[in-house]
Amino acid sequence: MKKRRKPKLAVWKFASCDGCQLSLLDCEDELLTVVGAIDLAYFPEATRAVLKGPYDLSLVEGSITTQHDAERIHEVRRASKYLVTIGACATAGGIQALRNFKNVKEFISVVYASPEYISTLSHSTPISYHVAVDYELRGCPINKLQLVEVINAFVNQRKPAIPSHSVCVECKMRGNVCVMVARQTPCLGPVTHAGCGAICPAYDRGCYGCYGPMEAPNAHSLGNHLVQLGMKSEDISRVFRTYNAFSDPFRQASEIHEK
Amino acid sequence: MKNKTIKVDYLARVEGEGALLVKIAGDRVAEVQLKIFEPPRFFEAFLRGRDCRETPDITARICGICPIAYQMSAVHAIEQACGVQVGGQIRELRRLIYCGEWIESHALHMFMLHAPDFLGYEDAIQMAKDHPEIVKRGLRMKKVGNEIVTLLGGREIHPVNVKVGGFYKVPRKPDFHHLRENLLTARDEALAHVRWLKNLSFPDFEKSYEFVSLQHPTEYPFNEGRLVSNHGLDIAVEDFDAHFQEEHVAYSNALHCRLKERGAYAVGPQARFNLNFDRLSPLAQEAAREFGLAVPCLNPFLSIVLRSIELLYAYDEALRIIDRYEMPDQPSLEVPFRAGTGRACTEAPRGTLYHRYSIDENGIILDAKITPPTSQNQKSIEDDLRHFVGPRLHLPHKELTWQCEQAIRNYDPCISCATHFLKLELQRD
Repeated sequence: MKKRRKPKLAVWKFASCDGCQLSLLDCEDELLTVVGAIDLAYFPEATRAVLKGPYDLSLVEGSITTQHDAERIHEVRRASKYLVTIGACATAGGIQALRNFKNVKEFISVVYASPEYISTLSHSTPISYHVAVDYELRGCPINKLQLVEVINAFVNQRKPAIPSHSVCVECKMRGNVCVMVARQTPCLGPVTHAGCGAICPAYDRGCYGCYGPMEAPNAHSLGNHLVQLGMKSEDISRVFRTYNAFSDPFRQASEIHEK
Repeated sequence: MKNKTIKVDYLARVEGEGALLVKIAGDRVAEVQLKIFEPPRFFEAFLRGRDCRETPDITARICGICPIAYQMSAVHAIEQACGVQVGGQIRELRRLIYCGEWIESHALHMFMLHAPDFLGYEDAIQMAKDHPEIVKRGLRMKKVGNEIVTLLGGREIHPVNVKVGGFYKVPRKPDFHHLRENLLTARDEALAHVRWLKNLSFPDFEKSYEFVSLQHPTEYPFNEGRLVSNHGLDIAVEDFDAHFQEEHVAYSNALHCRLKERGAYAVGPQARFNLNFDRLSPLAQEAAREFGLAVPCLNPFLSIVLRSIELLYAYDEALRIIDRYEMPDQPSLEVPFRAGTGRACTEAPRGTLYHRYSIDENGIILDAKITPPTSQNQKSIEDDLRHFVGPRLHLPHKELTWQCEQAIRNYDPCISCATHFLKLELQRD
């Protein structure tokens, strides 16, 4: 059989905590196998070496928050055959998108010591606001096994096997008792995208939505249920406004309950 | 002699986006700039108006490499504001999860980010081709840290189980059975690794430093103690703002922290080791002596060895905690809110991490300040380069550039952490 050229993988960072790209280095059991099948062509967190593009697969971490980055993402797109966003920052704008809800001018003047040293945009936006994205992997942080699956799928030209149902389904699969039904603990599981493995309910707390909205969620209805559980409006607004605050369903739900 | 410039536009094998600029005029170093261009994310700003119970989840997102450090500093600061002190087994579990993070972070840095410099490889993947057993050993040692954090926290990055007052859920004693076996193996491997590090050659470089770290009366420091230094600093954590000051420089998106009285200082494994050697476990002390380390250790390139000593300590300490563990009756203490300000320092893998929160009587945050270790080390990193480059100007440009990068990596700088804390009150100083 003819030996195939190894696909070139690039990992790009925008505004983020580095946790999602770290997930790749956290794959202790799979790492050496993965890098056996691909060339790490650009991954500054792991290597000084840089191979020139174009790249077969680009993983993009982080959101766009500066003019420079808004231009740089177009270069990344041009150099990439497939572009996959990894994590809530790249997919939904991240926690730093909380700035999007503030009066920006006031916000900046309060926060910045010397604004002239800093360049920043008024909004933190997901990658898909700027360029076409081939796939979005959710989570804050992403699930490392899902990352390996996505790399595997793109390298082998197939669709990633990543479920898009809610955390509730994962909760049932894990055998958790429903924290909302049994203990009236507020939980975003019914509207949150699966992928984490329903960790929070397994640890006796409600899901806090770090994987962002599932496909076609009914966040409005869940908001009403949280009112019935006795939550105050500002608290409901706050729970929808975290790591995926700027995703449409969570943003709308937070605005309904905003005072 | 002509002028020349050493430039690294994008530092590799550090967490986050930074660059290095060294300007040389004739035979002297004219200027050193560690530039941090990681875009700021404004955590202190959007923490205002949040519920203080959200701080462990939210501040974890400052750094994917050391989320536990942020969670620990956050919960201790909020508890201090509310006048609650957590003791007993919950306190021990907090030390245990911190052991897990030190193991993850130190092993990542030693094997994946720093060791390739000493052996002349661009990265650990290339290094694995010639030294597969060393890289595999590193991955195994790191994985045990992931196991601790996953068991206690639910997942290794941004764990979900830490809360103000304790944990949402605590493990049963038998849950530790498998982990204990792995810790025993990892501790043996760590011991072997300290010995292996003797094979490396370390650049001949020493400098005087003011080292700062927490100091506890009996324990190697994680979450408690006074802030001390080898130049006479000995203060309660509550007095941090009276002694430390942050400055905004034009070329960096991260503030530089300095001691008001004396300027640059260093935090991290080297500081902890030099200030707390006698609090290490006997096994870790013995391994350090066997390597030939003595207090004070003034060569920053030996930090890779000091991390391996702390790694050994973390396995040892984790085993101590697990062996004495009794499941507490309650996973957390009640923390009734009261208006006030709370402060805490804990020892992140990279050094002291300071949090300060002011909250109202409903637990809503009015003001937040976070000073991560890398902002405290920036001045020291630049000072090291200033002293390091001078005597090495004869080296070929490429080699000198690489050695400068290595000198920066001595500090395991976390640039993602360092960039988010441009604050109004910093200008008031």
